[in-house]
Amino acid sequence: MSAGTFTTPAGRMAALARAELTLLSRSKGTLFAAMFVPLVLPFSARSAAKEMDLAAAGLSVGTVVLPAALGVSLLFAVYTTLVGVFVARREELVLKRLRTGELRDLEILTGSAMPAVATAFVQSAVLAVGCAVLLDLDAPRAPLYTVVGYLLGLVMCTALAAVTSGVSRSTESAQVTTMPFVLLSLIGSGLVVPLEVMPDRLAALCRVLPLTSVVTLLRGGWTGNLSAGEALAALIGVLAWTVAGVLAVRRWFRWEPRR
Amino acid sequence: MKTNGHDHVIEVSGLRRVYGGGFEAVRGITFHVERGEVFALLGTNGAGKTSTVEVLEGLAPPAGGRVRVLGHDPRTERAAVRPRTGVMLQEGGFPSELTVTETARMWAGCVSAARPLTDVLARVGLAGKTGARVKQLSGGERRRLDLALALLGDPEVLFLDEPTTGLDAEGRRDTWELVRALRDGGTTVLLTTHYLEEAEGLADRLAILHEGRIAAAGTPAEVTAAQPARITFELPDGYVLGDLPPLPGLGVTGHEVDGAVVRLRTRTLQRTATGVLAWAERAGVELRGLDVRSASLEEAFLGIARAASAEAATATATGHETERAVAV
Repeated sequence: MSAGTFTTPAGRMAALARAELTLLSRSKGTLFAAMFVPLVLPFSARSAAKEMDLAAAGLSVGTVVLPAALGVSLLFAVYTTLVGVFVARREELVLKRLRTGELRDLEILTGSAMPAVATAFVQSAVLAVGCAVLLDLDAPRAPLYTVVGYLLGLVMCTALAAVTSGVSRSTESAQVTTMPFVLLSLIGSGLVVPLEVMPDRLAALCRVLPLTSVVTLLRGGWTGNLSAGEALAALIGVLAWTVAGVLAVRRWFRWEPRR
Repeated sequence: MKTNGHDHVIEVSGLRRVYGGGFEAVRGITFHVERGEVFALLGTNGAGKTSTVEVLEGLAPPAGGRVRVLGHDPRTERAAVRPRTGVMLQEGGFPSELTVTETARMWAGCVSAARPLTDVLARVGLAGKTGARVKQLSGGERRRLDLALALLGDPEVLFLDEPTTGLDAEGRRDTWELVRALRDGGTTVLLTTHYLEEAEGLADRLAILHEGRIAAAGTPAEVTAAQPARITFELPDGYVLGDLPPLPGLGVTGHEVDGAVVRLRTRTLQRTATGVLAWAERAGVELRGLDVRSASLEEAFLGIARAASAEAATATATGHETERAVAV
């Protein structure tokens, strides 16, 4: 056996991701929820956004709708999709079988997550272009915040999905176990109602939710009116949730069904 | 690792495995497997076979003792071990919506020096099923797909956890032939089974596991030879065991009487049989249901289980019920 014939982490993850992409394309329900909910839901919030006094908060319809749409994309294309994927693979004993091979644990999780993450990427591009055309949204004024916020959001949602799969016994129960994070995020993370137009106390409470910091960075990137302090606070928020998520995965993720 | 000129591909010493609830599934076992050998772990369900193999596969850490595969710790030095081993779990898992080819292709991307898919699938008799989804395969076909993936990287060491459970007679024979061919090609095979004939027919050496301990080990002939032979017959009406010549004089090492049925155990079968038959001839009686048989692996296996439950019964009588309850 020559050295060239050994597998690499990238090659192994690509093989796994390709299989997962095939599976995603065959799971019509998951595909529909992942692809269309994030495209449809934010625009239903558009009319509500028009009613609000956005200008006073330094916002426009575009800077409300797009970050919200990207947040919804993270929730449905990444978070709920991946909870279902991790639970299904665990219950079919696929994760256990994969662990007997050369793939490392992190490679299994990353490779399995890749198609969902790729879906979210494509969706974000579509949403960004759509908002630019339909809502006259300009390019981000502080693109670094947008990019960093989005990438960290992807990692955080993947980690939280892995944690949630650990407390879900079946793909059916995953529909229930994903509800708390989805509902809290929709209500409290500025996806439907911007925190800027909330009462101060409620807004302060909502600011510690996992997805809020991500949405803050996304929106701040577009408006460019995020102060360095606010940006740092948001960055620390999303990093803290990501680290907590990763630690929780190491502690609670289950590779085999409960006996 | 070489000892006495032998290449120990697998070394297990004092292995213990304890589950979360405190249940000790493996209670200090020691064995080794030499290169090119087929080694069977034989035991009933719950004997600790899978718990042992999972440690060797690097899926679980040992609670105590030491395990080496190809000279490495299969868990902490996995990069050195995994490219050289193939694993077939007792219950393999593959996504039900992928086809056979898609599954094999995925696995091939995760295996160093993978062989051509078509070769491996043909070898396990799945050449005609490449386009079928995993969910459409029969239980036996899934086992063969699992075996194909275990063979994909031409492993030096193959772990097979109950490879023929769920297969029909033909599938079982095909798998046995495949394992023999692999052994002839130099592959080291560790397999678990609860089929006696599988262990007897396939294994160069075996260990019988019972309640987490090795009850007997060696070649099938050695394990069998350690067990007594058996004579069974029915005493005619009006006769009791005491009517026979003194049993120790016949070489009998143990006996049981169940109504009229007498079971004698002996290590000198010819002498004991001759003595019993000569007595019957002299007394002019016919021994109905006469059955004279040499020790077999089956006898050895049943003998070990019998001895162990007798021991457990004694333990229960002396107030160690809790230990017994956990072990069951």
